[in-house]
Amino acid sequence: MRRPGRNARAARSAVPERHDVSRFRRCAWLLLALFLGAPALAKPYLPTDDGAVLERLPEKTDPSLRDVKRLRATLDRNPGDLALAARLARRAIEAGRETGDPRFFGQAQAALAPWWNAPNPPAQALLLRATLKQSMHDFTGALADLDRLIAANPRDGQALLTRATVLTVQGRYVEARADCARIARLAVPLVTIACDAAPASVSGEAASAYRALTGALAAPAADAGLAEWAHTLAGEIAQRRGDAAAAEAHFRTALALDPRDPYLLGAFADFLLDRSRPRDVVPLLKDYIRNDNLLLRLALAEARLPEMHSSFDAHCSDLEGRYDAARRRGDTLHRREEARYALEIAGNSERALALARENWKVQRESADLRILVSAAKAAGDTAALREAGDWVRAHRLEDAAITSLLQTR
Amino acid sequence: MKSLLALLFCLIASGAIAHKPSDSYLTLERHGAAVQGQWDIALRDLDAAITLDANGDGEITWGEVRAKRAAIAAYALSRLDLASGGSTCSLEAADALIDQHSDGAYAVLRLSATCPQPGPALSVEYRLLFDIDPTHRGLLQYVEDGRARSAIFSAEARARTLGAGTAWQQLAAYVHEGVWHIWLGFDHILFLLSLLLPAVLLRHGGAWQPAESFRGAFWDVAKIVTAFTVAHSLTLTLAALDVVSLPSRWVESAIALSVVLAAINNVFPVVSHGRWLAAFGFGLIHGFGFAGALRDLGLPTGSLALSLFGFNVGVELGQLAIVGVFLPAAFWLRRTWTYRRVVLAGGSALIAAIAGVWLVERAFNVAILPTLV
Repeated sequence: MRRPGRNARAARSAVPERHDVSRFRRCAWLLLALFLGAPALAKPYLPTDDGAVLERLPEKTDPSLRDVKRLRATLDRNPGDLALAARLARRAIEAGRETGDPRFFGQAQAALAPWWNAPNPPAQALLLRATLKQSMHDFTGALADLDRLIAANPRDGQALLTRATVLTVQGRYVEARADCARIARLAVPLVTIACDAAPASVSGEAASAYRALTGALAAPAADAGLAEWAHTLAGEIAQRRGDAAAAEAHFRTALALDPRDPYLLGAFADFLLDRSRPRDVVPLLKDYIRNDNLLLRLALAEARLPEMHSSFDAHCSDLEGRYDAARRRGDTLHRREEARYALEIAGNSERALALARENWKVQRESADLRILVSAAKAAGDTAALREAGDWVRAHRLEDAAITSLLQTR
Repeated sequence: MKSLLALLFCLIASGAIAHKPSDSYLTLERHGAAVQGQWDIALRDLDAAITLDANGDGEITWGEVRAKRAAIAAYALSRLDLASGGSTCSLEAADALIDQHSDGAYAVLRLSATCPQPGPALSVEYRLLFDIDPTHRGLLQYVEDGRARSAIFSAEARARTLGAGTAWQQLAAYVHEGVWHIWLGFDHILFLLSLLLPAVLLRHGGAWQPAESFRGAFWDVAKIVTAFTVAHSLTLTLAALDVVSLPSRWVESAIALSVVLAAINNVFPVVSHGRWLAAFGFGLIHGFGFAGALRDLGLPTGSLALSLFGFNVGVELGQLAIVGVFLPAAFWLRRTWTYRRVVLAGGSALIAAIAGVWLVERAFNVAILPTLV
């Protein structure tokens, strides 16, 4: 059910609202002060209390993450043991997904060190290598590994699934859907249908993809993680179609299955921000400030809540510090979120557009297009808007927020 | 198989990296044989390497760190080598302090090293944590003679040679970029030429007369070039430091407009004596254009001033080379009918036409002319 009035509001919320301007200006002043005073602020100190807690490790919140440490110690004693290395890599990738913490992906890569640069590693190592390359946004490298795996074994369901995901992120929907079709006989129906729904819903078949996905979700799912993911996807599709009630129901069902999935938390927070419900975002994300993407959404919510200004200021400078650190190390993994930060918090539309453009060269999900359009509008770049409009038409993308942004030029 | 497939589906579907990755921050400041420094390493990373969380409760307390201060220093020092003049520098670290970064607590090691035979360059080999996390980076800030430069160590690039020579090489690279930017940026050249073309002539009673002395023409050119330089240096600096920022489309359109106006003024003169003022005013806009080019090159945060200076010097050198070729030739030809009619009037009209097309292209974002470069 489409509600055009709400779409317009969703579109507006992508740029700073008027009552936020003074907040953003204060944030800008704060950043300037930080920039000028940063060297003076950094003061190493000697703690006096032995009991003072300096750092909380991820295993504090999730004791099962100790597995990674244990497996690492075991692998240290048995270097070159592929089965053990694969187990560690798999567990570490999983931990990386759960926490959003790249250190775990790094540890997975370290476990695969003997096979990382090998020209012809065993299939098990090759698949994990491809998964890691994908998580580092090395899509070309990931596809090369996956092509090799699938050529060697055309019935490698995991490789097909991973390749479909990478192709979807790149906007190569026809190829992605062909891979999903090949999985049909290799996996449970929900996997196949969700695999296909991701590319189908952004290439002209949102309604049928959504129907198929909700139909498959109606059957009891064997795996809670899979159901959680499929509900998140259904929520995103419903949101893009402008059906807020359905979207919220899916997100809430998914949250009941896994209240800590950072991807889900981010998607739901975006939904709430679009619905102008910043007050609901704060309790959802306040314990996840280690995660840059979630901290950004928390700051975006706080920017709209006058009583949260001191916390907003602190989060704002934290984010700036982290993006600056990422720039210094030459990272480009954060361009989409950094563009959003530049546009919606720093108020720098030119920089936002530059980042969004760079990001769009690498990944082409709906959210990537949305930030590109928002930044292009703010910067008055008609060429970028035309390009975005062409993409929407060529792929028949159905995304209420993007459509509304493009209509109100 | 099927449950495994479902699991992996979760892995691939939302494996978004959203935390600050593992970085350490190394600062080294060198005065001849002595090197002073500071090394900030995340407690989380040290825990992964030498287990700080002794009781395994998921929290690192100061007591746990204090008990391992010697081990932390020993571990860090075993993964950093400094050498100069072909011999290893002896490296020491004071007991670790603590500092809060945007992503958590770090151990701070104060370093001091002595190089027995200091040469012009300092070699740094960095091996921290690469065995545990190949995505780890070491971010180095190197200071010598008040000049800072930055470098990144990664699993693929573990060794760096730093020293006075390399800072000069960096400067030279930006000078080179500046020269090429003005030579390849036809809009800047055409604007300058439009202002310079009449410099070897004088306007008397509604007609162009040849300038009497080379000196007069030289000073006219000097005033114009200086005004243009001062103006664009000013805005280039302001824009590069992010003090002022203008939409690039607006800037590029205004640059095209400045060329149109300067060229038309040669055909239908309105301003003849105060051309240096026009050079200054429009120079401010051209500076923003240079800043865009400089930003595309990427500015190292560690040596912003150096690269900004180098790029600016390059732009000036490129500009002086153009003037150096133009002025003697124009002065020699100034009495000819060809210079006044074909070069000044015809050339200016052509420049105005080209720049007019640019103006339309840039203002309305359409492509008319084939791309030149």
